[in-house]
Amino acid sequence: MIRFTRVAKTYASGVPAIEDVTFHLTRGEFAFLTGPSGAGKSTVLKLSYVEERPSSGEVRLLGQSSVLLTPRKVPTLRRRLGIVFQDFRLLPDRTAAENVAFALEVTGASAATIAPKVLRVLDKVGLQAKADARPHELSGGEQQRVAIARALVNDPLLILADEPTGNLDERSTRGVFELLQQINAGGTTVLMATHDMQLVRSSGLRTLEMQRGRLVFDSGAGRAGTPAAVTEDVG
Amino acid sequence: MNLAVREGLLSFRRAPTLSALSVTTIAFSLFAFGLFGLVALNLRQALDQVGDRVEIRGFIAEGTAPEATSVALEDIQQFPEVAGVTLVTQAQALERARRELGEFEDVFEPGLLPASIEVRLREGARSPEAVKAVATRLAAYDFIDDIRYGEEWVAKLYRLRTIATAVGLALGLTFALVSMIIIGSTIRMAVLARAKEIQIMRLVGATDGFIRAPFLIEGFVKGVLGGLVALALTGATFLAIGRFVIQASFFGPLLALTGLAAGGALGVLASAVAVGRHLREVR
Repeated sequence: MIRFTRVAKTYASGVPAIEDVTFHLTRGEFAFLTGPSGAGKSTVLKLSYVEERPSSGEVRLLGQSSVLLTPRKVPTLRRRLGIVFQDFRLLPDRTAAENVAFALEVTGASAATIAPKVLRVLDKVGLQAKADARPHELSGGEQQRVAIARALVNDPLLILADEPTGNLDERSTRGVFELLQQINAGGTTVLMATHDMQLVRSSGLRTLEMQRGRLVFDSGAGRAGTPAAVTEDVG
Repeated sequence: MNLAVREGLLSFRRAPTLSALSVTTIAFSLFAFGLFGLVALNLRQALDQVGDRVEIRGFIAEGTAPEATSVALEDIQQFPEVAGVTLVTQAQALERARRELGEFEDVFEPGLLPASIEVRLREGARSPEAVKAVATRLAAYDFIDDIRYGEEWVAKLYRLRTIATAVGLALGLTFALVSMIIIGSTIRMAVLARAKEIQIMRLVGATDGFIRAPFLIEGFVKGVLGGLVALALTGATFLAIGRFVIQASFFGPLLALTGLAAGGALGVLASAVAVGRHLREVR
């Protein structure tokens, strides 16, 4: 599904963001990407949705190699991904339904197929009743659910979530996490960056921990494919 | 494409102030261009009118047989530079002189004024060299006594035309360039105002072409609207000038339509540059 092989990324400033990162996530897995701010979590995710390209090493995503991937192919690849951010990234002047529909419209889907799909995913995230609400009329948790609905509407193979609960209270955090777990149970792979260690520990899911740009711990190393319990706290 | 049109038009509702500002800016830069165009157009027409009066007059010696002149007339008509030839008989010359200089009516006696051949030249054959060449050929006929064509005047007029054309081109290009920069900047503001939307579009898998399309449509509509406003402003200015200062010509419908189309094209081009630049900058 996603495989990093000795990946390094150095930004234009010359400071290496990540170095020698290697891991593999198989189909249907749910993994946390943890670590303090600046550890390189966001870089790993940006490399995963091809916002950035590796300076060295290779990222393989849904069978495509970062080495061979041309810019023209990036949009098609992204349509098979769902991306969720801490700040939701919803369009403020559009309703929840319109925000979700947006992701289908860009793929050139016909208006007739869009409406039922949007309703289906809004129902899945429990927001069908608020389809016509604009983002500012929704709570943080609800906005994130809209963002997740948007990520889901193209039936993605992989969901990449960058601190999706970072702006949410505990209850909403729980709700969003459970939603992602439900989605994962349906067969979608999920890679979620977070620094909510309590959530990570209590979940017992595979954890990749970043420190100063390096992957220092992978609870699923060598057992790729099977969800692994976090057995120790590497801090 | 439907979606692109909808999105392009919706942008006016989503950001009415910025849209109005863009249209106004485009309108004023095109207005300046239009005013300049109007001046250039009228100057050109005035020069053309004066140019129409460039003619060569060959005076015919007394006693020339009418057959000789009529053969010569047909000959001269065939010169590539010549637009028309007229024979002015002695009687006609006298009548004209009496009409134009009425107070000296009794001075003019029959036979006082010579007959002449008047040659008008085609547009493009009114340069001093061309005029002189035709005059020389005309002078070669035996029965031509004297040739007049206002050598100095023709040279001056020609120089004026050349200068007017050069200045017109330079100013026109400068105006067009300034308009494009201004329009480009306003459209870029519109693009930057929607940077977040563009980012989201990219993340959900929109192609660059898909992102660009609504902006191009928006740019086109803004350009045409700005062109319409500019045309109205130019028209109003024209009417005011016509009423209080001087009667002049306005753009014909074809030129007005061309102006609108140019506004649209300018809008599309400026948008393409602005979006393209933004898309490159955000990678």
